[in-house]
Amino acid sequence: MSPFLQTIRRDLILARRQGASAFLAVGFFVVAASLFPFAVGPDPDVLASIGAGVIWVSALLATLLSLDRLFQADFEDGSLDLLVLAPQPLFLLVLAKTIAHWLTTALPLIIAAPLLAMFMAIPPEGFAPLLLAMLIGTPALSLIGAVGAALTVGMRRGGVLLSLLVLPLYIPVLIFSVASISAALIGQDGSPAMMLLGALSLFSLVLAPPAAAAALRLSLE
Amino acid sequence: MKAMSRLHQFANPMRFARLSQAILPWAIGLTVVLMAVGLYWGLVVSPVDYQQGDTVRIMYVHVPAAWMAMFTYVFMAAASAAGLIWRHPLADIAAKSAAPIGAGFTFLALVTGALWGQPMWGTWWVWDGRLTSVLILFFLYLGYMALWQAYDEPAKASRAAAILALVGVVNVPIIHYSVEWWNTLHQPASVLKIGGPSIDPSMLWPLLIMALAFNAYFVVVLLWRMRSEILARRIHIVLMQRAAS
Amino acid sequence: MSGFFEMGGYEAYVWSSYAMAAIVLVGLVVVSLRSLRAREAQLKALEEDQKGDAS
Repeated sequence: MSPFLQTIRRDLILARRQGASAFLAVGFFVVAASLFPFAVGPDPDVLASIGAGVIWVSALLATLLSLDRLFQADFEDGSLDLLVLAPQPLFLLVLAKTIAHWLTTALPLIIAAPLLAMFMAIPPEGFAPLLLAMLIGTPALSLIGAVGAALTVGMRRGGVLLSLLVLPLYIPVLIFSVASISAALIGQDGSPAMMLLGALSLFSLVLAPPAAAAALRLSLE
Repeated sequence: MKAMSRLHQFANPMRFARLSQAILPWAIGLTVVLMAVGLYWGLVVSPVDYQQGDTVRIMYVHVPAAWMAMFTYVFMAAASAAGLIWRHPLADIAAKSAAPIGAGFTFLALVTGALWGQPMWGTWWVWDGRLTSVLILFFLYLGYMALWQAYDEPAKASRAAAILALVGVVNVPIIHYSVEWWNTLHQPASVLKIGGPSIDPSMLWPLLIMALAFNAYFVVVLLWRMRSEILARRIHIVLMQRAAS
Repeated sequence: MSGFFEMGGYEAYVWSSYAMAAIVLVGLVVVSLRSLRAREAQLKALEEDQKGDAS
């Protein structure tokens, strides 16, 4: 098995051993989104009109909460040093860790999303666009987040700084994903926004791993 | 290689001190003269807009501030790239020194935008495409400065901040166009359409002079801040040596 | 001249914009120059201290 796949497998095994922590992000996601009906009232029309946005903002915050563990555990037990010293290019290993992060954090969010869509009174024809947008958009969240996590690894209060660094960069993802869902809900073609969302994810796929790798190297000096 | 060694001559702090001493009086003089001319032209000579009345005069501080907010971010990213590639201490210092100035311009663009929006739109804040991207730019500046604060060692902080500045500068156009796109989706075209080629020369000239004045001001404050930062590093070294002995 | 200060009824907005510009721009200058002067003084004191130790 290649070192790339091995790194993914290792992180998945570690996540499984930790057990509950994988569900923490989903738990946060569901609880945070469920707060909104209490804030704006239970009117289904109001909820449906803000539903996609609420689900996306909650997903974004849930991702953010899980990010500071992306490299932190490896930093603390020293395995990050081994990754940096490995003969494989570091950006590939960073990509592997990010994929593992997506599988353990974003994928559960996507599975939980239909439940929230029901809570937010989103009509059934919005379910497919919502899931598709999450599938296409969340990789960009994990990838951009990896850069922020690498920059703040080893800091005592890194989490707050991480959100300040990463959240502004998430805005385009938020715009295109919610726009594609809203377009589908009013019977318009949501595919241009969906394409742009895909472009964002591909773009981050190319740029984020090298940037995160450079940041990791420097934090280990 | 020759170009490299020439660049490194500028990296020498003594050379920088002499160079900045030579430039500063001119830059200060230029700032004062351009500001005075621009203010007089903009506030007194330039005509009143037939739609916006005298509020159009806010443009002469708002637009240069917004331009300089963008320019400073690009400058910061370019200095960061130079710092990463050639390991210039001076490039890192330039990037760090530019950030608070850029944040100041961004803040100014936001506040004057609100003061212009109130009489024109009837509200302090509108999620207008330009204003929104300037707001996000302000967040990017805050993150950049916070990252500098978070590291103790200047050498590490400079490289971390440089990576962030480069990631940011790649994202600035993406954010800008996505916000514009989002804006056209939700609102009709905004009331303020400035910066286009249709602007009358009687307003364009004072605007350009104010923009140049802001540029000269940037050079002056940047040089002061860079000198201050160099001194701070020297103090740091002296204190470290003393602690060691 | 009174028309100049009234700004066609928009004086509150125009003048507070220019006032904010003055506050931000002058404030940045003051903060930057102050730190420069303070550090110059600190470095000078440190260097004189070192000379004193050496002799």
